[in-house]
Amino acid sequence: MIFAAASHLADPVAARSQMGFSLGWHIIVACFGVGLPALVVFVEWRGLRTGDPAYRLLARRWAKVLGVLFAVGVVSGTILSIELGVLWSGLMTGYGQVIGLPFAIEGIAFFIEAIFLGIYLYGWDRFPPRAHLLSGIPIIVGGVASAFFVVTANAWMNAPTGFTVQGGHITHVDPWAAMFNPATGPETTHMIVAALMVTGFGVASVYAVAILRGRNDRYHRLGLLVPLTGAAILTPIQIGVGDWAARMVATEQPTKLAAMEGLAKTTRGAPEALGGYYSGGKLHDALKIPDGLSILAKLNPHATIKGLDAYPANDRPPLVTVVHLSFDLMVGIGFGLLALAAWLAWSWWRHRDHPQSRWFLRTVAVSGIAATLAMEVGWVTTEVGRQPWIVYNVLRVANAVNPEPGIQYGFYAVVAIYAALTVILIAVLRRMTRSTPIPAAPQEADVEQYTVV
Amino acid sequence: MTLADTLAGVMWLGVTFYTLFGGADFGAGFWDLVAGGAQRGDRQRRLIEHSIGPVWEANHVWLIFILVVMWTCFPGLFGAVSSTLWIPLTLAAFGVIARGSAFAFRKTVTEHWQRRIFGVGFAASSVITPFFLGAVAGAVASGRVPPGIGRGDAITSWWNPVSVLTGVLAVTVCAYLAAVYLTADARRSGDESLTAEFRNRALAVGVVAGVVAGVGLVFLHADAPALAHGLAHRGLPLVVISVAAGVICLGLLYRRHFLAARLTAATAVTAVLWAWAAAQYPHLLGPGTTITQAAATRPVLQATLISLGIGAVLLVPSFTWLYVLFQRQNPSRADITPNHLTPR
Repeated sequence: MIFAAASHLADPVAARSQMGFSLGWHIIVACFGVGLPALVVFVEWRGLRTGDPAYRLLARRWAKVLGVLFAVGVVSGTILSIELGVLWSGLMTGYGQVIGLPFAIEGIAFFIEAIFLGIYLYGWDRFPPRAHLLSGIPIIVGGVASAFFVVTANAWMNAPTGFTVQGGHITHVDPWAAMFNPATGPETTHMIVAALMVTGFGVASVYAVAILRGRNDRYHRLGLLVPLTGAAILTPIQIGVGDWAARMVATEQPTKLAAMEGLAKTTRGAPEALGGYYSGGKLHDALKIPDGLSILAKLNPHATIKGLDAYPANDRPPLVTVVHLSFDLMVGIGFGLLALAAWLAWSWWRHRDHPQSRWFLRTVAVSGIAATLAMEVGWVTTEVGRQPWIVYNVLRVANAVNPEPGIQYGFYAVVAIYAALTVILIAVLRRMTRSTPIPAAPQEADVEQYTVV
Repeated sequence: MTLADTLAGVMWLGVTFYTLFGGADFGAGFWDLVAGGAQRGDRQRRLIEHSIGPVWEANHVWLIFILVVMWTCFPGLFGAVSSTLWIPLTLAAFGVIARGSAFAFRKTVTEHWQRRIFGVGFAASSVITPFFLGAVAGAVASGRVPPGIGRGDAITSWWNPVSVLTGVLAVTVCAYLAAVYLTADARRSGDESLTAEFRNRALAVGVVAGVVAGVGLVFLHADAPALAHGLAHRGLPLVVISVAAGVICLGLLYRRHFLAARLTAATAVTAVLWAWAAAQYPHLLGPGTTITQAAATRPVLQATLISLGIGAVLLVPSFTWLYVLFQRQNPSRADITPNHLTPR
C-alpha cells in the first residue's frame, strides 16, 4: 500500500495546510453568501419602488450570480464540517460537545438560508413582487446568523470558556458560556462586517472596470454606487470594531498580541511597530511609534505590554514575522479603504456624484481584491497567531490531529480540486456577463427576458 | 428513553431525511448520468434539473445537520468514525463539491459541449458521493470502526465486501427514490412518454434494490452476526414493513398510482434505516460503546435539544412551503423542453 511507507506520526503540517487552504477558499465565497442577498434584496426593493429598469435588471443579474456562489459556498462549507473530523479528530472528540451548540444553531440558520434561497430564486416570476421581496429577508437573516454562530466557535478556540477538565476528562460543560466567550462579540462583528465589505467592494470593482472600459451608463453607475456606498459606510465602523477586537486579543491572548506587534521583550510604554521582520528574537527594520501599542491596547501610554520573552519558548507562535506583517497589511488596507470611502463621501457632499477621476475608478477596481486580501490576512493573523495552540492554552495542534497515515494526500487532492474549481468558477462568472450582454439602456423587455434560474 | 437516546433519535431522523430527500437528489444525478445521448436524454435531464433545482441545497443541509449533531452530542463517535474512515469521507466530500458546483454551473451555460462537461461532473459525482457515504455506513454497521481516534484500519475498514455492498445499496436506494419521485413529477408535467420511461426505471431499480439488500443480509449474517441477529429479532418488524412497503410500491407503480408509490418507497427506505438502528441499539460502535457511554454531558444535550426544538418550529413550515410551492407548480412543458436551442 502507498500508505505503508508513510510514518504513523500525526501530520499537523498537512492537516493545517488543508484546513487553511479550504477554509481560506470557502470564506471568500461565504462572504458573498452573507453580503450578496442584502444587496440583491436592496436593489430589488429600489426597483419595486422606482420601477427603474436599471435597478430591476441589476437585481436579476446579481440574483443569478448569488445562485452560483451560494451553491459553491454550500458545498465548500460542507467539506469543512467533514474536515473537522477527518483532520481534527482529537479536537472534536475532546471538545466537540463544548463548541457543538453554535454549530447546531448555525445548522438551523443555514437551513433557513438554503430553503428561502430556493424559494427566492426559483419563485422570482411566480409571486407578486412584494411577496417575492419579503421571501428574500430570511436569506439575509439566515446568512448573517450562520456567520455569527460559526464564528463563535472560532472565538471559543481563542478564548475558551464554559467547561471544566478534571483528570484529562471534561466533567462539566456550559455550552452557552462557551458560545458567548470573551472573543465572541468583537470576532463575530469583525467577520460579519468584513463579509459585507468584501461583497460591497467586490461587486463595485466589477462595475468600476466596466465604467473604465467605457460603459458609463445608469445601470453601471448604480452597480458601482450601491455596493460601494454600503461598503464605504461600513469601513470606519470596521476600523472601530477592529480596535475592539485587538484590545480583546490584548486581554485574552497576550502571546498573539506580542506576535502581531513583533514585541520581543516585555515593555513599559511599548511602541507600535509597523513593518519589519522578526528574526533572532528581535524585530528588525520596523517603524516604531513611541508608546503607540500601550495607548492602543491599554489606553495608557505607560502601560506594560508583555513580550514574547514572558512565555516559554514552546508556547510562543513560531511564525512571528508572518503574524506581524499579516496584521500590518490588514490594518494598512483598512485605512486605504477608509481613504477611498472619504474620497467618495467628499465628492458626494460637493457634487452629488462619485469622483469622475479615472484614478478613483481604478482604486475602486482594486478595492474588491484589497478587501478580500485584508480579510484573508486577518484570518492568517488570528490563526497563525494562536499557534502552537488549536484551543488557546488548552489543546495543542499536535494533539488534535488525526493520527491515521496518509493525510497529506488529502491535502494534495484538495489543492488540485480547488485550483480547478477556481478556474472554472471565474470562467463561469465571466461567461454570465458575456453570454447575455447588458443593453446600453435597459428596457422593460430586457428585464423580463432575463431569467434568474 | 434517556435524553441521549432522544438525541440519537434526532440524529437518526436527520439521516432519514438526508436519505429520503438528499438521497433522491443524488439518485436524480444517477438518472442524469444514464439518460443517454444529448438528444434522447434531454427531456429527462430537463425534468431532473427542474425537480431538484429549488430544493437540493436545503436537502443537502441535512448532511451538515447529521455531522453537527453527531459531534455535539456524541463527540467520541464522530472522532472515531471520521478519523478511521477519513478516506471515504474525504472522497465523499470531493463528490459533494463536484456535484453542487457542476449542477450550478450547468444552469448558467448554453453551449452544448459545456453543458455536457458539467453534466457529466454533476452526474458522476452524484453516484460517487452516496457510494462512499454508504461505505461509511457499512463500515460502522459491520463493527469495523473501533472507539478512539484513528484506531481502525484506514483501508480495510471500508474496502471490504460488506462496506462496498452497502455503498452499492446506497446508490441503488438513491436511484430508486429518485425514479419513483420523478415519475410523479413527469406525469405532472403532462409528458406521457417521459412518465413511462421513469416508471419503467422505478420498477426495475426497485427490484434491483430489493436484491442488493437481500444479498447484503446474507453477507451480513457471516460478517457481522451481532447486527444480523439484531435485524432478525428487534429489527424484524421494521424489516417486514420495509419489504411489504417495497412490494406495495412496485404494485402501485405498476397500477400508475404515482403519489402513493412515493409514500411507500419512502416508507420502505425509512424502515430499513430504523431497522438498522433498532438492531444495533443501544450500541453505536459495536459492543462496548453504548449511546449513554458516548453521549456528551447533560447540559450540552439539553441545550442542543431545546435549540433544535425551537429550530423545528421555524423549519417545518419553511420546508413545507418550499416543497408545496414547487410541487404545486406544474412544470410547464416549456420548462422541460430544450430551451438552450432558442436564443434568450
